[in-house]
Amino acid sequence: MRILRRAWAAIDDRTGLSHALGPVLRHPVPPAARWYYVLGSATLFAFLTLVVTGIALALAYIPSTNDAYQTLQFISHQAPFGRVLRGIHYWAASAMVLLIGLHMARTFLMGAYKYPREANWLTGVVLFMVTILIAFTGQLLRWDQTAVWTVAVVAEQVGRIPAIGSAVAHFVLAGDTWGGQTLSRFFAFHVFFIPAVIFVFIAIHLWLVLHHGISEPPQAGRPVDPKTYRAWYRAMLEREGEPFWPDAAWRDIVFGMCVVTAIVLAAIVLGAPELDKPPDPTVLNADPRPDWYLFWYFGALALIPPALENAFMILSPLVAGAVLFLIPFVSNRGERSPARRPWAVGSVLIVCMMIATLWVAGVQSPWSPDFGAPPLPTAVVAVSAGPVVSGARLFHDKGCEACHTIAGLGGQRGPDLTDVGDRLTPAEMTSQILNGGTNMPAFANNITPGQLDELIAFLKTRVRH
Amino acid sequence: MSDPAPGAARDEGAAVVRRREFLTRVSVGLSAWGAAIVGIPFVGFLVAPLFERTAQVWRAVGPVTAFAVGTTTEVAFPDSSPLPWAGVVARTAAWLRRESDDRFIAFSVNCTHLGCPVRWLPDANLFMCPCHGGVYYGDGTVAAGPPPHPLPRYPVRVRDGQVEILTSPLPITTG
Repeated sequence: MRILRRAWAAIDDRTGLSHALGPVLRHPVPPAARWYYVLGSATLFAFLTLVVTGIALALAYIPSTNDAYQTLQFISHQAPFGRVLRGIHYWAASAMVLLIGLHMARTFLMGAYKYPREANWLTGVVLFMVTILIAFTGQLLRWDQTAVWTVAVVAEQVGRIPAIGSAVAHFVLAGDTWGGQTLSRFFAFHVFFIPAVIFVFIAIHLWLVLHHGISEPPQAGRPVDPKTYRAWYRAMLEREGEPFWPDAAWRDIVFGMCVVTAIVLAAIVLGAPELDKPPDPTVLNADPRPDWYLFWYFGALALIPPALENAFMILSPLVAGAVLFLIPFVSNRGERSPARRPWAVGSVLIVCMMIATLWVAGVQSPWSPDFGAPPLPTAVVAVSAGPVVSGARLFHDKGCEACHTIAGLGGQRGPDLTDVGDRLTPAEMTSQILNGGTNMPAFANNITPGQLDELIAFLKTRVRH
Repeated sequence: MSDPAPGAARDEGAAVVRRREFLTRVSVGLSAWGAAIVGIPFVGFLVAPLFERTAQVWRAVGPVTAFAVGTTTEVAFPDSSPLPWAGVVARTAAWLRRESDDRFIAFSVNCTHLGCPVRWLPDANLFMCPCHGGVYYGDGTVAAGPPPHPLPRYPVRVRDGQVEILTSPLPITTG
């Protein structure tokens, strides 16, 4: 024991470790730190988990468009610990996106971004943006069918930028179309470029937290005045400050390790998303969907009116980014307590409700045709021969069922036709089928008069019993 | 040891300041030089795809007799300049429609809304997109949903009994 202690004393003397880290660990923080202070450090723990598992995955992953899919199959199904490592990487990414969002909402609601911590907020906004980028590029590295088509979707979206759109699309694809260069570049962005930015900004962010001190829990009726705040904060720390380690840090460790445990449990129990079909762009039975944290944006892209689409795709990320950057410039003083800032609380609620609504819409995606709907069974058709049966068959073959539901079968794009016979006369049905509608093709050139009669004969029988 | 004249000290002080200014400029300038000679190839390599121009080529996709008049079939062909490690990703698909004995149309498979692959429903005579519900008629015009334009077409020709398609960049709908 004494030898160890002497060895440590010698090492510490020659390296100056406790001289350098001691004051950092023991710097005074406001008393009565709360549990809601742990979200930032938990985000950091999730990031460190991603770095470690990412390094491990890089042992086997080959970022070539030809081999990536096979190496992922190897990692997921053959290599010892491969499945759980991929799972941890996936769930840690999910946790990081979620936690950084919560951390941001928390610091906004409590006015922690106000004087003198404006730069803390600004570096945090940068970290939030690159976190979305790194999560998204990671989804592409799965390099299955969904990833390939997602690259096309990204290229199409940046293509809408005025004037330079096609050049940016060319840059994203690294060529005229997908090819040998596409994946290795996304890989380099995901593992080198973006992590470098994250490391630098985490360093600045943490330095700023130390430099300005952790913001004290807000109190209604105690507004921030830039003229007096620093002196007041320093006096408060001298009066009642507590050392960060361990008085406040234990909560960060407890919560952070709960998060890490939850991530590993999710990886073991649920695993990472199963790989989609191979990345062959000539296999057209594809159904590309983003990972869960972008489902709401997928929904927004389907629901936005076409006339506003270009403006929406380009302006909404720009405006969202600009608003986040401008927040500390617009209001960096005054009340911090959410109890005195109804507009702040209201705007967070509205953003959450908007994302939740679009998210549910994205999960249901009623606008997507149901290609897999089977022909209506005899039990539904209720007749065994004649024009009604042929009509029911046509309802499937002509693609009606891709968008219309009957008795729970079929797509949800158009109205449910389970009891259309009660609502429309045969003449109205004929007109609708031949002319189409806002979101329905006209079938005038796609159906013979005989087929139309059979289809109407079938639809007439669709009445409530 | 004799004290230097006051004027000389002032001159010497000014010289030190000038020397420090000079050394600062040399150091900043040299650092910028180092960053530039490494940074230029770095940035150049990063944006290189913007300046690569690949010549498009005609690709045979099958004999004329393989496509019945009035049908629309998927055809696959290699893109214009596949890199050796590109693998399956170098393959491109198109929907080939035989209008008449000598008239073919090759549609891009990419929906003009956001590029997802459209599927052909032969009995319905419609293309449908799985992503946001875009629908096109058999001639590629928009039937329903969010697509802003008809399905793009690839140049197509018949040579020596073979149907040939001219490779093209991924069609991007611009703003």
